[in-house]
This record gives sequence, C-alpha cells and structure tokens, in this order.
Amino acid sequence: MGTRTGGVATYEERAAHFDWSLAERELGIVPGGPLNIGWHCSDRICAQGRAAETALVWEDFEGRERRFSYDDLRVLSNASAAFFRSLGIQPGERVCLFLDRVPELYVAFLGILKMGAIVQPLFSAFGEDSLWTRLADAGTSAILTQRKHVRKVRRIREKLPHLAHILVVDDGGGAAQPGEVGFSLDALPRLQHLDLHPTTADSPSVLHYTSGTTGQPKGALHVHGSLVAQYLTSKWVLDLRPGDVYWCNADPGWVTGTSYGIIGPWACGVTQLVLDSGFNAERWYRFLEKHRATVWYSAPTAIRLLMREGPDLIRRFDLRALRHLASVGEPLNPEAVQWSREMLGMPFHDTYWQTETGCIVITNFPGMPVKPGSMGRPFPGIAAAVLDPETHEPCSAPGRVGLIALRPGWPSMMRAYWNNPAAYEKKFTNGWFVCGDRASIDQEGYFWFVGRDDDVINTGGHLVGPFEIESALLEIPAVAESAAVGKPDPINLEVVKVFVVLKPGFTADADLELEIMNHLRRRLSPLAMPQAMEIVDALPKTRSGKIVRRVLRAREWGEPLGDVSTLMDE
Amino acid sequence: MDDLQRTIRDYVVKEYLEEGDDREVGESTPLITGGIVDSFSMVSLKRFLEKRYGIQIPDAEATPAAFDTVSGIAALVQKFRK
Repeated sequence: MGTRTGGVATYEERAAHFDWSLAERELGIVPGGPLNIGWHCSDRICAQGRAAETALVWEDFEGRERRFSYDDLRVLSNASAAFFRSLGIQPGERVCLFLDRVPELYVAFLGILKMGAIVQPLFSAFGEDSLWTRLADAGTSAILTQRKHVRKVRRIREKLPHLAHILVVDDGGGAAQPGEVGFSLDALPRLQHLDLHPTTADSPSVLHYTSGTTGQPKGALHVHGSLVAQYLTSKWVLDLRPGDVYWCNADPGWVTGTSYGIIGPWACGVTQLVLDSGFNAERWYRFLEKHRATVWYSAPTAIRLLMREGPDLIRRFDLRALRHLASVGEPLNPEAVQWSREMLGMPFHDTYWQTETGCIVITNFPGMPVKPGSMGRPFPGIAAAVLDPETHEPCSAPGRVGLIALRPGWPSMMRAYWNNPAAYEKKFTNGWFVCGDRASIDQEGYFWFVGRDDDVINTGGHLVGPFEIESALLEIPAVAESAAVGKPDPINLEVVKVFVVLKPGFTADADLELEIMNHLRRRLSPLAMPQAMEIVDALPKTRSGKIVRRVLRAREWGEPLGDVSTLMDE
Repeated sequence: MDDLQRTIRDYVVKEYLEEGDDREVGESTPLITGGIVDSFSMVSLKRFLEKRYGIQIPDAEATPAAFDTVSGIAALVQKFRK
C-alpha cells in the first residue's frame, strides 16, 4: 500500500476511480470542442491570472540568462504563429525545429501549434544524412535552425523539393543566403491577439521520428489531444504543482524534451528551467542550486555520469530545494536509486514510455514504494500487460518474461507513422499495442524491464537503428558489409559496436577505424558513432543471406545465442 | 598555444566544426559545455589522441570535464606520454 506525499493521493486511490475526463475537466476541454496545445500552455495560464509568473528560465553554457513570463510566452508565440502564416506556411504542413535549446525553439513550438501546422523536432546534432532522411519523409516545408547548423541544411536543400523556407534564428539581422529569412524573438512584436487555427483533440500536432530495426526511421504522429495525458502524468507522476521550479534535462529533439520539457509542465503552469549546455557535473549541480529546482526529470546515463564524479562534488552544493526526482530513457539501475537516496535524500522514480506512447505509461508513482530496478506499475487509465511472444495472450504467471503491451485508446497514443500505415498496423496485435520491449511482472504488479525485442540500440536513452548505420557504412570504400549491435556500457547502458567485413585489398588499421567513426558521426549523429569495432571475415547470416544481428549481440552481452540452426555455416 | 595544443585545436576545428563555422577555438574555449564536442563524440577525439601519440587514456580519466578545453586535453595527453 502506498502512502500520501504532499498533495498526491496514493496509487490505489488514483487508480480506483480513474477517468481521463477528469483531466479534460481540469483543462476546460469539452469533448469535440477546441483544443490547442499552444493555447493551453500559454493563454490558459494567463487567463488564470498568472500572466506575470515565470514560464521559462533559460541559461547558456556561459551563464547568460533570459527569463520569460507566461504572458511573454503567450504574445511571442502569437507573433511567431502570425509570422509563419505571413510566410505562407499552411496548417498541416510540417515545420522542423533543428535547434539547440535556444528560447526560440520553445516559443516557436507553441506558435507552430497555434497556427495549425505540425511541429517536427529534430536533434540538432544530426548529420546531413539523418536530417535529409527525416525531412524528405515528412515532406517538411519549413525549418528553423541556427547559423552553426544551417550549412547542413544548405547541403541537402536541393534534394528537398518541399522545403520552401529556411529560418535562421541568429542570422544577425541579415539572412546569409537567398531564400533564408531571419527569425528573432527580439524582433517579434508582442502580438496580443491571434486567431487560433481551429484545432481539436484529433488535429495533428507533433511528429517525432524514431528508429526501428528495419528500414529508415519512422515518424510517430501525435495529436493535440495528447495534452490530456501529458498534463495529467506531469501532475501525478512528476508531481508538478504551481510554484514548482522544474528541470527536464532532455533535448527537445526527442520526445521527452517536448512531452515533459514543454507541453506537460507548461500545461501545469510551472516554471521550467532550460540549460543550453553540454554535460558538466559541476555546472549541473550549480544550475540546480542557483535556481532552487524543486523537481528534476533526468536519465540514467546522466545520473551515472554524476555518480562517476564522486560524492565530494555534489556535497558542495545546496540541493535541498529538490523534493521529487524522476528518470526516463533506459532502465534505472538499483545503484542509481541508492545513490540518489544517499546524496539527495530521495530516490529517482523510474518512468517508462516511448515516442509512440507520447506519455508515461508505466511508472513509480510518488508515494508508492520504490523497488529499485523496477519500472513501477501502469499509470491509472493505462491497461498494461506482458504478452506471451507466441500466443500474444497476457502472461498471468509472475516473473514470466513477455512483450510489454498496452490496450490502445489513451489520449497520447500516436495516431500514425507518417507515410507508413503498414508499420503502424504492425504495432497492434490481438487488441494490444506492442511496445517492442520485454519485461516481467511480479506478484505486486510491478514491471521489471528485461530488454528490447528487436535490434534497436538504446544508447544513453536514445534509440539508434542499425539499418541507418549499416547503410551509411556502405559509403566507405573499404567496407563490404557490416552489422551494428548494442554493446554493454557502464554509463550509456549500451553503445554502438560495428562488425565490418572489408573488401579485398583493404586492411584494418587505426586510420580506418577513425575514418569509420568520424564518417558515421558526421553523416548520422554522435549517437550512431561506433564506440567499438571489430573487423571480421564474415557475418552470421541465414541461409537466405540475411544478417543475424542477434547472434552478434548475444555474444557481446554474454547471453545464449538462441536457435542457430538456420544460420549458414561460417 | 604550444604545438600539442595547436594539434588538438586544429583537429577539433577540422572534425567537429562545420565547414565555414567561424567560431574561434582557443585553449580555454569550452568544447563539451559549449556544444562543439559532445560526450559521445569525445570517444573519437580520444581515439585520435591515442593513435597520434601512441598512448592509452583510461576511460575513467576521459571525463567530459577533462575534455572540456584544449588545454585540459593537452594536459591529459602529457600525463600519459610520460
């Protein structure tokens, strides 16, 4: 039985009388009526008499700080929407945010939604191949970027016939090339009134790309109605309340950075912190201390990096304002839970969800006893099970490993894979949405993560598809074929390892290894760069010639190889 | 800036900045916190240094803090060249 903490009821109390409509009522949403995330995250808070409260505290790596009130957010997102309209961008078109964590990203996110277009956030460290794949698939018509990233866009622009607008947020007042326009918050008027596009719960809102085992990344399309789930999970799982100072250190290029780095927290009316800086433990602690952060949503990789810095560093900072901690992206190891108990006086609460679910679906609820290493229990309103991999029926035996599955119908479930209805259909079986991960459930209903059910690599909480890596490797003259798998890593859970077969006449040396690493980093992203490499004579294949990555992965993890009877003899 | 620092700086500029990126990289420019090199890319920089100088930098020493500036990286290389 859980306990009450602060204003949060127990898990059992929440679950007993649950209905998503209670969130709709709190948000003032009428079924079938208007619903716009941009409006709910800014105008609605202002209408509650909280226009002057701080919505965003932004700080960069040099300590420069900017603050935006909810009224700033409202009028600047209005002005952004009007500006995008003036360029001719239409509702339903995809507008990409290819930006570091600059204030323009957060304001434009709301502005794009207010004028009815679809936000397509992309990780700003993506190389041009990764960028092109996603922009081409989405038929993106506009992209907001920065001077330091715009060259990647220019190099692929000719291959993107739909891309009509390139907006540069720090162009210094003059766009560098024809066809590019500047977009500066300082130059925007404070637009008091905007005619919102008449969006409803079913209107498309955000398009996040995610990697799979086969083929190119898929665009998970979400709708404005996702707000209902993102709001309630922010309130109940992250325990956000007015007056909170909240930091989600995820990048908005990924779904955590939008669902819980923009939408949910602002719908709750809290102050969000944004640190536009690479990782530095001392810098992070100082940031938490300076702004007296009360709630922190982080990731196991970041926590392990902090743990590696040792206890002396964290003890130099006063972090007593923190009252709730949560984590996402990969399984949270028990040592990390124990570390936060010792160092911060409270555990990190693991949460489980993915790009396609749009919101937290399995979680350690505040006040619920935390079992270190467990994912927790399903969020009220989410029916979750582990399915037998053969029959796709729920496993009833405690401890039995199966596929994590959810009953469709929660508000933030993706509504499509962009341009890929077949892949979307494949996510559903026997009336369940199948997440692609394996877990077991114990006697008390806690879920325990086991691993992926496919070949996707989870590195530092980010999913990397082996197909993209192997395709990019074929551009290197020395490479005949390759296979990319996850290799265990003490910090990032797993890192990319590639097995490479060289063409005749080429030999392995340190130069080639570095060339391969840098090629993948530049063309795809730093996440896709292999941190280990092995030159092999041949790859394990089926008799039909398909590379069997699972055998290579099992060797890396020291796991049983499974059925190898269908493999070609090496 | 000495020869070692210059070699590291030139490699960082060539490999991690986009062509035409006019940001100055000096011996104390923040590389990791400044977003020029990230904690994943650090591995290829480490590999370059190990290859170039015939050294092994233990993973425990290759922290984001140690790799945050050209001068910090140079100090790390010097430590393991001895």
